Amino acid sequence: MGAFDVLPDYEISRNLDRCIVCRVCERQCANQAHEYVPEEDAMASDESKCVNCHRCVSLCPTRALKIVRSSNTYKLNDNWTDKIIKEISIQASTGSVLLSSMGNPEDYPIYFDKITINASQVTNPPIDPLREPMETRVFLGPKPDSVERDSNGKIIPNLPPQVKLSMPMMFSAMSYGSISYNAHESLARAASELGICYNTGEGGLHEDFYKFGPNTIVQVASGRFGVHKQYLNQGAAVEIKMGQGAKPGIGGHLPGKKIVADVSRTRMTPEGSDAISPAPHHDIYSIEDLRQLVFSLKEATDYKKPIIVKIAAVHNVAAIASGIARSGADIIAIDGFRGGTGAAPTRIRDSVGIPIELALAAVDSKLRLEGIRGKVSIIAGGGIRSSTDIVKAIALGADAVYLGTSALLALGCHLCRSCQAGKCNWGIATQEPELVRRLNPSIGAKRLVNLMTAWQHEIEEIMGGMGINSIEALKGNRLMLRGVGLNEKELSVLGIKHAGEGQD
Amino acid sequence: MRLEGLERIPSGCAICGIFSRSGKKFDGSGIVKSIAVMHDRSNGLGGGFAGYGIYPEYKDYYALHLFFDDTQAKKNCEDFLGRHFDIAHYSEIPTKRTPGVDKAPLIWRYFAAPHTTKLSASQLDEKEYVVKQVFYINTEIKGCHVVSSGKNMGVFKGVGYPEDIAKFYMLEDYRGYCFTAHGRYPTNTPGWWGGAHPFGLLDYSVVHNGEISSYDANRRSIEMYGYNCALKTDTEVITYIIDYLHRRKGLTLEEISWVVAAPFWQTIEDMPEEDRKIREYLRNAFSDQLITGPFSIIVGFEGGMMALNDRLKLRSMVVGEKGDMVYISSEEAAIRLIEPDLDCIWSPKGGEAVIVTLDNELEGGGN
Amino acid sequence: MKRVYVNEEWCLGCHLCEYYCAFAQTNQVSMARALKGRKIHPHIRVEESGAVHFAVSCRHCEIPLCVKGCITGALSIDDGIIKVDESRCIGCFTCILSCPYGAISPSPDGHAARKCELCQATAAGVPLCAANCPNQAIVYEDRG
Repeated sequence: MGAFDVLPDYEISRNLDRCIVCRVCERQCANQAHEYVPEEDAMASDESKCVNCHRCVSLCPTRALKIVRSSNTYKLNDNWTDKIIKEISIQASTGSVLLSSMGNPEDYPIYFDKITINASQVTNPPIDPLREPMETRVFLGPKPDSVERDSNGKIIPNLPPQVKLSMPMMFSAMSYGSISYNAHESLARAASELGICYNTGEGGLHEDFYKFGPNTIVQVASGRFGVHKQYLNQGAAVEIKMGQGAKPGIGGHLPGKKIVADVSRTRMTPEGSDAISPAPHHDIYSIEDLRQLVFSLKEATDYKKPIIVKIAAVHNVAAIASGIARSGADIIAIDGFRGGTGAAPTRIRDSVGIPIELALAAVDSKLRLEGIRGKVSIIAGGGIRSSTDIVKAIALGADAVYLGTSALLALGCHLCRSCQAGKCNWGIATQEPELVRRLNPSIGAKRLVNLMTAWQHEIEEIMGGMGINSIEALKGNRLMLRGVGLNEKELSVLGIKHAGEGQD
Repeated sequence: MRLEGLERIPSGCAICGIFSRSGKKFDGSGIVKSIAVMHDRSNGLGGGFAGYGIYPEYKDYYALHLFFDDTQAKKNCEDFLGRHFDIAHYSEIPTKRTPGVDKAPLIWRYFAAPHTTKLSASQLDEKEYVVKQVFYINTEIKGCHVVSSGKNMGVFKGVGYPEDIAKFYMLEDYRGYCFTAHGRYPTNTPGWWGGAHPFGLLDYSVVHNGEISSYDANRRSIEMYGYNCALKTDTEVITYIIDYLHRRKGLTLEEISWVVAAPFWQTIEDMPEEDRKIREYLRNAFSDQLITGPFSIIVGFEGGMMALNDRLKLRSMVVGEKGDMVYISSEEAAIRLIEPDLDCIWSPKGGEAVIVTLDNELEGGGN
Repeated sequence: MKRVYVNEEWCLGCHLCEYYCAFAQTNQVSMARALKGRKIHPHIRVEESGAVHFAVSCRHCEIPLCVKGCITGALSIDDGIIKVDESRCIGCFTCILSCPYGAISPSPDGHAARKCELCQATAAGVPLCAANCPNQAIVYEDRG
């Protein structure tokens, strides 16, 4: 170890009474943190290589392994924390931008955890989802301006194109390239079985997955990777990605080593070279340009697909969303600053953007104030962790939510936040065939279906408690929420009352 | 005094309605007997009635029933009315002192037609113009509340048991082809007369028993379309939804019932193709107007009456018929009392609208 | 009948199946105590060469060459499962020679032949190799 190297944050702890030297840890660690020492017939480990992904911990048949926080510490300093000191040391050694993956882990308020949900008592009855129908179906897309009738007075259904979902959840954009073929197959199969959608991200759509088209959102991002006419027409909707919660104002960067042959063909970018998508769309420098792209995509899809515009939750998100709603977009996706990523500059990920709860509330309020909430549906993403988060998001005004991190967790991700290294031991954020095969899509899809089904049951229970038996009656129903420990300004942005206040 | 609207008050209630299909007029005594038998369903904190066909002599004018807190409010309001309407006639609504009914506001009625030049300058249709002025009075002129604003109809309501409110307004002196009634059981003690029911807008009046769980979703969406839910009551938001869907979106009342008490998706999926498409369309296009949680409502409107339960039928409601007469009530007893010999009586299913209309248009306003 | 099937596509070469097999044979509760410091003799083995790996164990053939070749009748088919009666086995290993899959091996002491009997007689009662395969590369199922 050199004088300027930093000590790892975590240590591998092996219980030698339990270790049977089966070597599964060694075989399963792509980072080679474990090693067999033949002379001693024993295992050794090197924590400097460990990313704390828990692959070895999970597979160790005798539970001999655990990863513990290093007790090594600098002189205590609440300003110059250990984290800051280490980061400075690393940057002084490398001269590089710090890179991280997945969502912002810093200690900002989590508003979802400061909001509670109502239930019926006496004056109206709770509804028992085991005995009564409980409806979670949602449609995403604009509502018609007027009702049309034929000469006999019969209604002519004139709804613009819609996305139909069996429950108000979708898997958020994760590209083939940033995640593996098997991860994509898991998401696609689960979405198809559940009657919801997954999202290609900016990586094109592998031909093998065209068959899941009705459950696919195809994304068009600033690099235009993998975009062609058939691709656009393959999905249930087309999403223009303007920004991402984890890295607002930043483009994408997929390292060349993840651009293997199959990924290269799907993305339509050269094998082995970095795929760098620009920070802006270079044909969109203003809102009127967005309108042109929206209508270009509508032309390309014969006005049969709703167009989603995805933006990162930034300070002026409400006004931006209002502009998007008037741009011809059918659905707005807002990505909060907790949203995940395959790689982002750490400083950007941890310091840019705003929480989804506040952004969502601000957007919904603004669109209603302007009377255009019916022109667009809202998808909220970036930091939604449970069925209660979903219920709260919908009551704040979302039509549906995007789930990225929680879907990856279901697939085995342990949030080691090392996706950028491309050596995901769980077969998710990697293109190395030996690692990719660790994710069996039959298991992955099943686990995703389990998770979504479990959450759907929970949502139904919570709705029933409120006396609501259809999800649309929950949408924007902010009287069902109360803040706990929030200040006046936070309550006013969220548009909710404090706990203890009645319905005044 | 805390006005209704400063807080949201859940209520339980009794409702009933009587309708003559032939347009034969009857006085208000029957509806009073009917609602009075359900005394225990209200608690003396609100009662009221709507009567249709009661003002034949001014049938072409909007009958604006108004509550004023004081004479200054009355003066301010009359100035406003004078600027926006031609007033054909106005009078204090006759009342008599009744034990159990107190703190009454000043209660007046104005038979008004929109000021022609103001109307054309507004570029609004006549009804929209009236609605706009009603909202202005309710929100901007202090101490004033428009109780009802339809033609040839009126709402009579206040704080007290419904039978006492009827005595107060001498309801038996009014003759109409339709009456609805409401007895209120709020969970706290509102003192303001404007908060009693029926709630009226144009010729729509709604009496409602229940507590809807979709309230804030409904409120926040309807407010987008220019409605101001100042009273924060279920009845108010339901009335606005009906006005919005019926008058502004042109849905029929039956179609409205498919929106607000929509059939479950699984029921829709079993319908024949053509029905299915229309039901799916209505549920999707007007998803914000779906009402969940318990409600039973009777909607009065010009020439008709509609009764509707929530889709799970979480509130009681029965319908009886005798000859051309139709009776709707929270409890069967309230119908049997005034018409023991019914042709038929049934309990409509959840979400099944019962809509009755006049066989023929009233001629000359009837008598 | 339910058999153990392997799927090369999903085999990670982690060798856990071998350890679970060895553990199953001990009928013990704790794998650490059962296998600590012991050499294992699993009935399932992961064959590997470079990036290719897959587990191999007895297929419980319907027409088993091992049973046919057994000179003492130590090998028999019991309800579809091919079993070894160690008291009758003389250790001639004809079965090992005749098994085309290499699924039979000598016992550690070299006295008799041993093989997978689908864990029917173990404490677990079900094949632990399949139950603990992290990627469903080994499954225990009835494919008719």
